Amino acid sequence: MKVTKTKPRVALLGAPNCGKTSLFNALTGGRAKVANYPGVTVEYRKGELTTPEGKQAELLDLPGVYGDCGHSMDERVAISAIRGEIDGEAAPDGIIFVMDAVSINTHLHNVLQAKNYGLPIVLVLNMMDMAARDGIEIDIAVLEAALGVPVVSCVAVRSAGRAHLLDYIERWLPVLSEGKGVTPEHEADTLKDLQKKAREISSIAVVKSAHAQTHTETIDKFVLHPVLGPIILMLILFLMFQAVYSWSGPMMEGIEWVFGTVSGVVGSVLPDGWLKSLITDGIITGVGAVLVFIPQIVILFAFILLLEASGYMARAAFLVDTLMAKIGLNGRAFIPLLSSFACAIPGIMAARSIESERDRLTTILIAPLMTCSARWPVYFLVIAAFIPASKVGMFNLQGLVAFGLVVAGVVFALIAAFVLKKTLLKGGNSTLLLELPSYKAPVFRDYLRGLWDRAMIFVSRAGRIILPASIVVWFLVRYPTRENGLEGTFAGMMGKVLEPIFAPIGFTLEMVISLIPAMAAREVAVSSLATIYAVDEAAADSQLGGVLAADWSLATALAFLAWFVFAPQCLSTLAVMRKETHGWKWPIFAFAYLFILAYLAAGATYWIAKSAGL
Amino acid sequence: MTLNELNRKLTARITGFQTQDHDLETRLREIGFAEGDQVELMHVGLFGRNPMSVKLNGALIALRRNEASAVKIEVVQP
Repeated sequence: MKVTKTKPRVALLGAPNCGKTSLFNALTGGRAKVANYPGVTVEYRKGELTTPEGKQAELLDLPGVYGDCGHSMDERVAISAIRGEIDGEAAPDGIIFVMDAVSINTHLHNVLQAKNYGLPIVLVLNMMDMAARDGIEIDIAVLEAALGVPVVSCVAVRSAGRAHLLDYIERWLPVLSEGKGVTPEHEADTLKDLQKKAREISSIAVVKSAHAQTHTETIDKFVLHPVLGPIILMLILFLMFQAVYSWSGPMMEGIEWVFGTVSGVVGSVLPDGWLKSLITDGIITGVGAVLVFIPQIVILFAFILLLEASGYMARAAFLVDTLMAKIGLNGRAFIPLLSSFACAIPGIMAARSIESERDRLTTILIAPLMTCSARWPVYFLVIAAFIPASKVGMFNLQGLVAFGLVVAGVVFALIAAFVLKKTLLKGGNSTLLLELPSYKAPVFRDYLRGLWDRAMIFVSRAGRIILPASIVVWFLVRYPTRENGLEGTFAGMMGKVLEPIFAPIGFTLEMVISLIPAMAAREVAVSSLATIYAVDEAAADSQLGGVLAADWSLATALAFLAWFVFAPQCLSTLAVMRKETHGWKWPIFAFAYLFILAYLAAGATYWIAKSAGL
Repeated sequence: MTLNELNRKLTARITGFQTQDHDLETRLREIGFAEGDQVELMHVGLFGRNPMSVKLNGALIALRRNEASAVKIEVVQP
């Protein structure tokens, strides 16, 4: 069925890590319709391309795919999109096949496979500069003639390298609307035949001179060394968590100062009463308590995006594969799991790149155990209030505790995966087959854009979720009466019902109350605590950390931290699980098992800490 | 011999595939393994020398020994 459309649609197709996404950003200015999560492109993205003469086209960025079989969910998305099999989306009018010029010999047969889609196709040889450095010379004219498709060389990251491609697209777009495709290869050709043909073509079109070791090979001598490699990985992760603490202090103090000043000004202008309380105790305190963590979130993502863009992430998957094999998964699951450190939602979606369905389910179920950015505000708050910032050797004690919490999440995730693979999700054929891309310096603009996007997602959550939640919490902790403390309020009444469940694990009434709105987002626990205590005028300290330090015992604080290692409560995560697993069975299972673990861990922490006299 | 038996710093040529798993053969071919191509062992994991990575026509491919056993090779030079 043909869907009416005005502009020609062009799809970017190619292997994972061939530079499609940076080419997409370069051609469209990075304005895409689907949110770009760091990590694998799991959804396809759409953007607009304008040629120098003002012709327009719609550009699709698809998940990386090698052939046309579709072994995993995200590969099937790419192939269905090309074939026009996605509901409500017209098939593209043409394909820009992007290939990393360095690996032309390995992947040329994928172009011949792509010709079988029958669409007009142009081959873009990306990263020609790196190929030249590696001693690879490509005769474009010979390649074009032998392949039967036009070939454009390109360095996507440089504007001069893109201009050539834009000129080509300029001339190509009018041809596309005529709807003439390429002649497919012989249908009877097997993959083996196509490979043979591709090797013959590259033998005449590609000259590879003997060359010295490439940069990538030199770096990999250390990074993929069986002993040094895992040590380097641990150091990188450790440095990441240390940096999140050590570098963010001054910026956070700045943000706190801004909110404090605004609150002071508003407080002095407005008359005493409910409106002043709503704005200062409810909105400014609640939203400010979460926004203060922007510096940490940005630093965390600065690392994750850098690891991703540089090509290190696939190496990390290689390095952890042995460990993953022990629990019945493979190294590929590392990438969704690392994304889950930002947020479980892109992580759960990125699990689509895992071929085995059982492995994918296992990965989805353990993804919420990775320390997502919504948990950081809780960790930061409680750690800063209860753990001294003293040095242990060369390390900051607060950083060590945070690292310990993250490690606890990972360890329990591995145990959970191991148990799941032995019981409910037994079987499946987990394999590892992964290309390790050459190292490259990240494109500065793409990098900054990615970082900006992540920070904005965090800030917009503060607007969409935390602001309304703060107002609701403010109302619940103030009315109908606050005369006898929290007990007289709506929140106090709700908390009283739940308190008996949580009392055995040492949670106070305030903590129980903060967990209810935290269903909307985990960091709401922080803004709720801020509002709960801010409304209570008896609290002398204006900083939430100080209030908590005075009100909670250390055992209680540690139990709260232990709870948040598991923290089953996050409606968005459960919703995306339902979507990705087509039903409520797995999200309900995830909630139940995480709740039980959270309860047991918090209880154990509380009683052990108490018996140790803390 | 098969690729999983390849020891360090040897270059070998792929002679074919041997596996009951047709899907695995397709995946190996799609990512770039083909008859006649040269492979060189580059890196191995810490435990059981697993997984392994091989240089294949300028690309670096990581795979487990289990997958590698589907690739038949002959050693080119000792």
